[in-house]
Amino acid sequence: MPKKKLAMGWFTFTCSEDNTILFVELLNQYYFQWKELVEFRHCKVLKTDNRHGRFDVAFVEGAISTKKEEDKLREIRKKSKKLVAVGACACTGLPAGQRNSFTPEMLSRITPFLEAYQLRDKIVPLGAIVKVDDSLPGCPMVPGQFVQLLEKYLAEFGVK
Amino acid sequence: MHAEDFDINIEDMSKIEGHASLELKVRKGEVQDVKLKVFENRRFFEFAVRGKNYAAVPQLVSRICGTCSAAHLMCSIKCIEHAFGFQPTEQTKLLRDLTLYGVNIRDHAMHLFLFVLPDLFGKDSVLQFADSGLEHRLLHRALAIKQAGNTLSAEVAGRTVHPPFPAVGNFLHVPSKEKAKSLIVELKGVRESAIEFVHLFAEKDFVFEMPDIDFVANVNENYSYIGDGICTHSKGFCIPEHGFERFFKESVVPYSQASGFSFQGTPYMVGALARMNINCTSLNRRTREDLTEDNLFPSFNIYHNNLAQAIEIVHCIDSSIDLLENCDFRQEPILKVEPKESEGVGVMEAPRGTLYYHGKLDAKGNFTYANLVIPTAQNQVLMEKAVGRLVQQRVTEDKKPKQIQKEVETLIRAFDPCMSCATHFLKVKWK
Repeated sequence: MPKKKLAMGWFTFTCSEDNTILFVELLNQYYFQWKELVEFRHCKVLKTDNRHGRFDVAFVEGAISTKKEEDKLREIRKKSKKLVAVGACACTGLPAGQRNSFTPEMLSRITPFLEAYQLRDKIVPLGAIVKVDDSLPGCPMVPGQFVQLLEKYLAEFGVK
Repeated sequence: MHAEDFDINIEDMSKIEGHASLELKVRKGEVQDVKLKVFENRRFFEFAVRGKNYAAVPQLVSRICGTCSAAHLMCSIKCIEHAFGFQPTEQTKLLRDLTLYGVNIRDHAMHLFLFVLPDLFGKDSVLQFADSGLEHRLLHRALAIKQAGNTLSAEVAGRTVHPPFPAVGNFLHVPSKEKAKSLIVELKGVRESAIEFVHLFAEKDFVFEMPDIDFVANVNENYSYIGDGICTHSKGFCIPEHGFERFFKESVVPYSQASGFSFQGTPYMVGALARMNINCTSLNRRTREDLTEDNLFPSFNIYHNNLAQAIEIVHCIDSSIDLLENCDFRQEPILKVEPKESEGVGVMEAPRGTLYYHGKLDAKGNFTYANLVIPTAQNQVLMEKAVGRLVQQRVTEDKKPKQIQKEVETLIRAFDPCMSCATHFLKVKWK
């Protein structure tokens, strides 16, 4: 019988993707270990064949800046037993949401872009849209905290 | 000739930095409507810096992009120092060089080993690599090279992403002698593997020639990424730092959140291939002695952007070892920067190509204007052109649509686009 693996999704919304970069950097050290324990079911930075099945844990970075992103986040939430907000934009909405505090004059300049690309009036953190089970704050996240949280889920889902 | 009409729609391309999609149609054997759409959502950084003090701006613009963060940081610092007429110390310049060598090692390694390497072995992902044999061995070596770049960036600049030590006027921390020694050991330990990858990319990578394209890169005698402010066009034009906005024409791409650029009406390419084509004789001496692949440049094979990056990894390793062995870094007093009402331009080579920052500041040193020209935005027009030409060739050769789509993705990946950055050129009229 094949060994159970943690079904993991990694998703990115509006942000600099710095947490994705740190996740990729952690692979330098943990790749061969995690490969045995984790099924990277959705991870665009690693593969083209990404599935939208169910996830034990979805790690989600970035803030929500469009209706499309909002819908996709709700879908991820439905399919995931646990959802983790990764990095400052996902946890607090900033710095991606810096336009939320633009002056009226600055806002008037960017309004054509907001309309042209159907951007939300306000950029919001994940918690404003869906329930978040765990958070990895920081800009970017602290790599050691990601490793600790992954270990917690590996134990919780009976993988390790 | 392929008689059947078909479309290629790639939604949210994988194994690139950020979000982009591609649409094109083939009708009666002719390629139509190639649209590379950058749909990374805008975060309006050029507006957000307005009113912000010069000391805070480098760390803010670093947040434009995770992977290119150090390049945005350094280029904004250069722009501000030029505006104030400030000259950093020689040690600060060397530490900035060292930081960028680390950045280029880790950034090129991520692109080459995680994004491109699977293509060379006909696989979707390194996750499909065999657990033993050549693929397994290569992956071990690739991760070690990537880690060496990370260690160098973290030890010199304080962190790999959004590094805290580079600052306007200063470099806030110096690596200790012990750290320098351990960095040299780690870099020397991966050098042979880095050379092995150069041979691999020279032998195994694909071929797609575009003999009619131009290149632009910052040229200097040490193949430094910070450079000296003069960019060179492959046809010999010299583009001074302060005049870049006059030379490059921006074109709005209506279906994309990024803009395109051309030079005298012709799209051009920036990045490792451009640097190697224009400046490969300035590579580190040991790199040139131990490699023969630099003889393949100048090259018009777009896939040689991958080979150029692999060669640059060796150059960055060798140049870092030289700096760490020969420099006695000492903590210097923090120099005071005097703000003034001014205007400055910073130009440097980010991993993906020439990056420009143009800023205006008031007497207190607060930004009143910022304009950024990003490497991927400069490459966008050419990327579309290359995709259209590739598909047309393959249609003529009667290749299957699925096979063509796969090759299109591989070609786009060879440009190493960064969509997180690309959206931050914003066409706005400033008062």
